[in-house]
Amino acid sequence: MRIVACIKQVPDTTDVRIDPERGTLIREGVESILNPLDAHAVEAAVTVAAALNAEAVALCMGPPQAEAVLREALAGGCASAVLLSDRAFAGADTWSTSYTLACAVKAMGDVRLVACGKQAIDGDTAQVGPGMATHLGWPQVTYVRRICEVSEEWAIVERLTDWGDDTLRVRLPAVLTVLKDLNVPRLPSLVGQMRARRSDVRKWGAGDVDGDPTEFGLDGSPTRVVRVFTPPPRGRCVVWDGAPEESAGRLVEALREKRLI
Amino acid sequence: MPLNIDHEACVLCMRCVNDCPFGALSMADERIAVSDACTLCGACVQVCPVDALSIEVEAARERGAEDEWRGVWVYGEHHQGELHHVVHELVGRGSELAGVRGCTVSVAVLGHDLPEVADQLAGLPVDTLYVAEHPSLADCLDEPHARVLAHLIAQHRPEIVLAGATAQGRSLMPRVATLCRTGLTADCTGLEIDAETGHLLQTRPAFGGNVMATIVTRRHRPQMATVRPKVMAPPERRGHGTPAVIRCTPSEDLLGSAVQSVSKRIRAGESVNIVDADVLVAGGRGLGGPEGFELLREVADLLGGEVAASRAAVDAGWAPYERQVGQTGKTVQPKLYVAVGISGAVQHRAGMQAAETIVAVNLDPDAPIFEVADYGIVGDYRRVLPALTEKLRPLNPTERTQT
Repeated sequence: MRIVACIKQVPDTTDVRIDPERGTLIREGVESILNPLDAHAVEAAVTVAAALNAEAVALCMGPPQAEAVLREALAGGCASAVLLSDRAFAGADTWSTSYTLACAVKAMGDVRLVACGKQAIDGDTAQVGPGMATHLGWPQVTYVRRICEVSEEWAIVERLTDWGDDTLRVRLPAVLTVLKDLNVPRLPSLVGQMRARRSDVRKWGAGDVDGDPTEFGLDGSPTRVVRVFTPPPRGRCVVWDGAPEESAGRLVEALREKRLI
Repeated sequence: MPLNIDHEACVLCMRCVNDCPFGALSMADERIAVSDACTLCGACVQVCPVDALSIEVEAARERGAEDEWRGVWVYGEHHQGELHHVVHELVGRGSELAGVRGCTVSVAVLGHDLPEVADQLAGLPVDTLYVAEHPSLADCLDEPHARVLAHLIAQHRPEIVLAGATAQGRSLMPRVATLCRTGLTADCTGLEIDAETGHLLQTRPAFGGNVMATIVTRRHRPQMATVRPKVMAPPERRGHGTPAVIRCTPSEDLLGSAVQSVSKRIRAGESVNIVDADVLVAGGRGLGGPEGFELLREVADLLGGEVAASRAAVDAGWAPYERQVGQTGKTVQPKLYVAVGISGAVQHRAGMQAAETIVAVNLDPDAPIFEVADYGIVGDYRRVLPALTEKLRPLNPTERTQT
C-alpha cells in the first residue's frame, strides 16, 4: 500500500527583489526550493504511512533539477521518490498537470491517499489537488488542518472553511490538500539524510505513465498565458517619524482625505 | 525544443534572460540558451523587441462549435441560503461582459431547502436563476456539487462561468472544470473581453503578486474563472425585475459522495473571516507579545475592521492560524491594511500587497514594509497606537459613515 506526497519545486520568492529603476523582478540567483506547504504534505504522508504500515512515496513533476526537492522529501521520511520529467510535459497548465500526476498515481498502483500542499507559492492556484482527485475519480478534502483518524478504508479529517471548521469522514482512496496548521515537518534525521543521498529517484517520462499523450504539456492545456507583466508600482510611501501624537494626527487626516474613515 | 530562438534576429538585449520567471535563459557563447527549467510560460516571447523568440504549438485540435456556447453564468455560492456578496459582485462584472458578448447572465444555485433566492437577486441584471435542490446537496460537498454543476453546464452551454475565489469556490471549481474538460483561471483580479477574438481575458497575480499574467481559454468551453471577493464592484439594484427561475431535479447518479459531514463548527462572529473584512489591522513579531494584539483590537474596532497577524505572530502563538496573512496563510485585499510591527518579508507581502491602501507602523525606518506602504509611521507602536485611538475615538460611527 502506498501513501503519496505530491510536491513541487518553486522559485524561492524570498530572494526576489524589485528593480527600483525598472520596476521589474530581479530573478538573478533566485534559488529553487520545496514549496513550503508541500513540506506539510510530506509530513502527513509519512505519518499516515507509518500508521498504516504503508510506503510513503514522494511524487514531483518538473524539470530534472526538481530531483532536489524529492531528495528533501526522502530526508523528511519518504521511502521512495518519483520524478515525472519529460519535455512532453512542459508548459502544462493546471488541467494538464493534474492529468499527468493522476496518470502517475495510477501507474504506481495501490495508492490509498495523496497529500498535496494547499497551493504552490509561484502559481497560487490551489487547483492541482482537486484536479488530480477528479481525474482519478476520487473524493477530495481541501484545507485539511487535522487528520483525526485514519484507517485503510477511511479517514476522519478537519478542514478550515470560511465559516469555521468541518469534520468530514472520507472514504479512501482520496486526495487531501493540507494547510501549514496540520503538522510540524520533522527535521531530517541522520538516517533520513543517508537515505536521501543513497536512494534512487525514479525518473518517469511520458512513456512510463499510461496516459493520452495529446493531453500532456502545452498541447494538452486548455489555457494559454498571453501576457505577463509587472503590476504598476505603488507611489512613494509618505513617512512620518515625529512625535507619535503628531504622526497619528497626520495619518488620520490622510485617511479621512481618502474617505477611508 | 518548443521554445524557438532565432539567433539571426536576436540582438542579445538580454531582456528575455532578465525577465524569465524561472531563470531558464542564459547567455552562452554569445547566444541565448534555454535550459530544461523552461516551462513555456511565454514571458520571454513578449519582452523580445525583435520577435526572435517563439513557442511552437501544435495546431490546436479542433474543438469546434465554440459558437454554440452562449451566456455568462455565475455560481451562486450561499451560506444557509443567503448568497455570498461575491455573487453580486460577479453578476455586476458578468453583466458587463455579457453586454459586450450580446448575451445574458444566469446564476446557478445548488442546495437543499433553499429560501427564495430569486428575491435576493431582484433588481440585479440576472435573466435566469437555475436552482438544483436535493437533500444530498445540503452540505456543500465537492463531489455531488461538482457533478451537478458540470451537468447543468453541459446541458445549457454557457460561454463563461464565474465563481468566487472563496474557500468553497477554490475547492469546487477545479473539480467542475476538470469534469467539463476546460480551463480554469484562479483568483482573477481582472476580466475583459478581447475585442478581436471575443475571448475572455483573465488577469491574475502570480509569484505572490509580483507578476500579473493574462490567461485565455482559447478553444475549450466554457471559459471558467474564480474571482477574489471584493475585487469587483457590486452592480446597482435598479432597472431589472426578478430573474426567471428554472428548477432542475438532479438525477440520483450525480449525487453520490465518498465524503460525509461528521460535524460542523461555525466560529462565533463571522467577521473573523479576515478575507471579507474591509479593514485589517495586522500585527507581527515587532509587537513583542500577545498583549500588543489588545491595542490592535481597539484600533480595528474603531476602524470597523478585524485583527490579522503575520506568520511570526501566529507561530509565536499570539494569534490563531485563521488570522494569518501571507504565503502560508490567507491572501487578503481589504480597502485598508494597517501593518503594525511587521517587517514586511516577501512572504507576508504576497498576502496583502493588493490592499487598496497600506499603512505601516514600525520602529525600524528601513523595514521593507515601507516599500509597499502608502503611509508610514516610524515609532514605537505602544505609543503610536494609543495616540491613534485618541484621534479616532471622536469620529463616532455615524460621523464616519458620512465622511
